[in-house]
Amino acid sequence: MDTFRDKLIPVTSILAGVVVLWYVFAVILNAPFQRDLDRRAGETSTFSELIGKTLSQPKPTLPAPHQVAVNFFENTFLRPITSNRSLVYNAWVTLSSTLLGFAFGTALGIIIAVGIVHVATLDRSLMPWIIASQTIPILAVAPMIIVVLGAIGISGLIPKAMISTYLSFFPVTVGMVKGLRSPEIMHLDLMHTYNASRAQTFWRLRVPASVPFLFTSMKVAVAASLVGAIVGELPTGAVAGIGAKLLAGAYYSQSIDIWSALVAGSVVAALLVMVVGIAGRLVDRAMGGRPA
Amino acid sequence: MTGTSPAVVAASKLGLTFQTNDGPVQALSNVDLTIGKGEFVSFIGPSGCGKTTLLRVIADLEKPTSGTISVNGMTAEQAREKRAYGYVFQAAALFPWRTIERNVGLPLEIMGLSKAEQGERIKRTLELVNLSGFEKKYPWQLSGGMQQRASIARALAFDADLLLMDEPFGALDEIVRDHLNEQLLELWGRTNKTICFVTHSIPEAVYLSTRIVVMSPRPGRVSDIIESTLPRERPLDIRETPEFLAIAARVRDGLRAGHSYDD
Repeated sequence: MDTFRDKLIPVTSILAGVVVLWYVFAVILNAPFQRDLDRRAGETSTFSELIGKTLSQPKPTLPAPHQVAVNFFENTFLRPITSNRSLVYNAWVTLSSTLLGFAFGTALGIIIAVGIVHVATLDRSLMPWIIASQTIPILAVAPMIIVVLGAIGISGLIPKAMISTYLSFFPVTVGMVKGLRSPEIMHLDLMHTYNASRAQTFWRLRVPASVPFLFTSMKVAVAASLVGAIVGELPTGAVAGIGAKLLAGAYYSQSIDIWSALVAGSVVAALLVMVVGIAGRLVDRAMGGRPA
Repeated sequence: MTGTSPAVVAASKLGLTFQTNDGPVQALSNVDLTIGKGEFVSFIGPSGCGKTTLLRVIADLEKPTSGTISVNGMTAEQAREKRAYGYVFQAAALFPWRTIERNVGLPLEIMGLSKAEQGERIKRTLELVNLSGFEKKYPWQLSGGMQQRASIARALAFDADLLLMDEPFGALDEIVRDHLNEQLLELWGRTNKTICFVTHSIPEAVYLSTRIVVMSPRPGRVSDIIESTLPRERPLDIRETPEFLAIAARVRDGLRAGHSYDD
């Protein structure tokens, strides 16, 4: 009941507001084209007729929410999931490279962080490059990665996953560097009084202390991974995936398709962040975390 | 008491100067001190007098810049490597992701003791601090006083003869503090450990100690050493006796003398 009042009501009221605004803009943005059509057909519509027509165009400038909802529902639930028009199928294609890239990215991020925390030279030499790597626009790098890897015979899942990795290792590195350095001086002194080795201090103190930081950064990383996978599908002329659906929709002015692919992408992103969040909470509970 | 028993801690002309951005700070200067086996020595003084620094030098958490220090007849570093002491910090400093028993077992794990030996020692030390039954609890499920007792158990777990305590009860309320003082004395009586105890409470220092080292700041130094004439058996109400009050008055005088120096 409390979560209902605290979370559901505020979230739904914002959603309702967005939907209302969306309808208003759908009418405003689609009206000029509709008037044009009416004039050519020699029709005169009343105001309410005009509104009805602007919300049911086949290729609207801005599709109405219900058009997107119907398209999303049809392409998600009514198509066999093997069909390449199915959003489930396309989402799965994108999801698989997202997950692979996320796994690589998390592993790479942790390895780099461990290096930075333990080797002073790496701290000074690597960190500026890591930050610089994220200032390069991914849209410019993505085609190069795909072309270069294609030239050496690697295509399909791996190149897309590489772009996900490129985007997702960064938050993990930053989070884990912070996490591995998070133990208090007192805890480090304590290990020192036991004459603990670096490895013992690492496994018994630094690693457990960094776990909350890991999950926080993994939430950011998994969303970045999805963006990476979608961006990776754009320049390759991929035949399937959410990125491919977006591109195809843009080619053929299927604005409703674009929007429903967008919705599918958001749903996948929300689910991924949620799964990481739940995993984080389970691990926290297993590590004796105080129930919130 | 000092001359007869072998020295557990011996400091001679000990000095430590920290280099800070505002120039060098003399945290310790010319400290001469010998602590014998089985003594309970309190270090008392205003903040900045170097009492915690001295304890950290004994523990090899800080290196002196002049003079010498020996612990159990070795250098402080060798003593630390041999795990010659247990250290209790101002806060309990328990690992929040470990249960009480696994916190107490942490030093034993690091020393590489067998699981059976670990379990046996954990059980014994938790009994010693009256925490039996709380093995599976996490630190946040315990009160502040219980957490500090768990951290004392952790310092006792590996049977070091020397216990270094840095204002261990400073963050606790007076009632809990009285109770823990009583328990600590009882524990000291039973185990015959040597205890170095940093505090800024005069009654606490007088109640617990066989010797009170009064320190004063700028530069941190020993300004007086007071031998306690109280018996080893000390009920809490000993604090109302004239003998107790006389020692407390001497400590207070020592502190005042140290202060007037830089007023």
